[in-house]
Amino acid sequence: MTLDHFVRWMYALKGLWAVVAALIVGAFLVVLAGANPLEAYAALLRGGLFDYYGFANALVRLCPILLVSLAVIIPLRAGFFNIGGEGQVYVGALFGTVAALYLPQAIPAVIRLVLICLSGAVGGALWALIPAVLKVYRGTNEIITSLLLSYVGANVVGGIIHVYLMEPGAPYPYTREIPFDATLPIFLPRTEAHIGILIAVALALIFGTVMKRSTFGLSVETVGHNPVAAAYAGVSIRQTAISAFVIGGALAGLAGIFEVVGVKYRLFDHFSPGYGFQGAIVAFLAGLNPRTAIFAAMFLAVLQAGAGSMQRAVGVDTMMVGALQGLVVLFVAVGLAFRYRPRVITASAPQTPAVGIVPANSKVPE
Amino acid sequence: MFNFLFDAHQLSDFLGSGIGLSVPLIFAAVGGVICERAGVFNIALEGQMLLGALAAAVGANLSGSAEVGLISAVLTGALSGVLLSILGVSLRGNQIVIGLAITLFASGFTSFMSRVLFPEGANSLRLDGFRPFGLPLLENIPFFGKILFQQDALFYLMLILVAVTMFVIYRTQLGLSIRAIGENPGAADTAGVPVMLLRYSCVIAGSAIAAIGGAYIVLAQVFLFSDNITAGKGFIALGAIVLGRWNPLFATLACLLFGVFDALQLRMQATQPDIPAQLFAAMPYVISILAFVGLIGLVHPPAAGGKHYDREVR
Repeated sequence: MTLDHFVRWMYALKGLWAVVAALIVGAFLVVLAGANPLEAYAALLRGGLFDYYGFANALVRLCPILLVSLAVIIPLRAGFFNIGGEGQVYVGALFGTVAALYLPQAIPAVIRLVLICLSGAVGGALWALIPAVLKVYRGTNEIITSLLLSYVGANVVGGIIHVYLMEPGAPYPYTREIPFDATLPIFLPRTEAHIGILIAVALALIFGTVMKRSTFGLSVETVGHNPVAAAYAGVSIRQTAISAFVIGGALAGLAGIFEVVGVKYRLFDHFSPGYGFQGAIVAFLAGLNPRTAIFAAMFLAVLQAGAGSMQRAVGVDTMMVGALQGLVVLFVAVGLAFRYRPRVITASAPQTPAVGIVPANSKVPE
Repeated sequence: MFNFLFDAHQLSDFLGSGIGLSVPLIFAAVGGVICERAGVFNIALEGQMLLGALAAAVGANLSGSAEVGLISAVLTGALSGVLLSILGVSLRGNQIVIGLAITLFASGFTSFMSRVLFPEGANSLRLDGFRPFGLPLLENIPFFGKILFQQDALFYLMLILVAVTMFVIYRTQLGLSIRAIGENPGAADTAGVPVMLLRYSCVIAGSAIAAIGGAYIVLAQVFLFSDNITAGKGFIALGAIVLGRWNPLFATLACLLFGVFDALQLRMQATQPDIPAQLFAAMPYVISILAFVGLIGLVHPPAAGGKHYDREVR
């Protein structure tokens, strides 16, 4: 193995290095908070992974994070930033909840459940359609619109709950409980682990294949890497961009409705603890690979599920986990900036493609 | 509902609060304009404001002086600018990804650090901030005196900053160089402009200014720190930059527009209890999006914005 191979191989593991670096810097933060880092990390793992209920809790947290990360990954492979997963989660949850509360009981439970989840997906897709259409037809920066729409989505959904759906006498806005037969079955006994988790993982695997082997996946890749070549090959950039956004939004919407019919059984105002951003962190950590995203999302989920145990064991605030997530994404960015460029002397050296993340161009040529 | 618009006293109160709410946006937007004019995207404005807000709270709390809080915010912002320039300018990482990473990092890091540094809770702080004081003579101007000249020191700093930025960018050799490296760094380099040095300086200065925006919220508005206290203001500022066509003065006006709508929604929340507050809370963001989409005709962002410059592959 030459040095060149070795460096390439090490670079391929950059997500892992980012995690290691974040854990090392995080250890200093734990010390700053007055605790022993090894004990803190041990408690974190014990609570989030090596404990039946903790593991189930981690799986429950994995579900929305993974789905939202797919909502970031799929459009970003085409070169479009969907950072508005948060808003899509809320609108999806709202659409699904309305279906859950108002679909006639006469419809068989299974079909009703499918319809509820589909409504959630439609809600998320519609919310994602706004930045997509604005980007494609008006050239409006989709990063800003999708981010701002998150705040709009969260507040508007809260307002709608408040006016139309609020349980009478509730201390703060949340809806009636949805009927029991419209909830997702649990697959780990005595926990909250619902089958939505399995669906999320399956979707990640499916999209791993779709992005590699289908016409749609190939169009997305081509548009992401070279829109001019894509247009020349007859791929409609507009169509590809919009479908990537809509699929992403549908997945985020699914994340929202799964939280309602799988975990909370009600739609709460401001229920998301920042799934939109967490999805973005996972997308970057996974290098935009849907399958790797399963592990990256599980990493974040274990951190979150173990945070409580860590606080009880060593007295470090659960927010430590938020700082760790931030450090991870920062080191991922550092890793991407330090990407390995073999020295080529010729002036016309081709630009190294952005190694697995953020295809070069996000402009839509007319 | 809109009667207050016809009462001079109420109207000046309303405009005063609108201007106050737009000040953090203005700092962030002007900081962002400086970065983008030099050809570097700074999506990290939100994170830099947040870091600035925490640094201001820590500095002011430890020293008991608002000035120290301001200085620590500036230094923290500058540090985030150093990070953005090393990763995004020298190492040629994708500036959007790095900016987002800084924002995501800031969100988790500040929430945790506020718990470590303020064990009794950062939102029960009562910091000594900048208090309003009137400028002699000017404050006696009817109507406008109260709005513009009975403010705190950071507000006057903001006025000076906008004027100085306008002057430097459009009326000096330095400004010409900055605009040149944002449009065509190759040509500027040929003409002897130090591209890398200038990009670093602009990003560091712009980031420090954005951090003052966060410090303003802490030191002049709420006098405490809470998780994600900036609530997307950095993203609204990004919209204001585009709406202001990368011109500091126009971006300031765009921020004023957003600030006035923010004041309007706060007023509506108080006076219209029948309509849920959330719908009003969404208003500033909706207005930003509508302005962003509707008012923009042809935009000409700096041509080299976000593009890396490498002397050897010109």
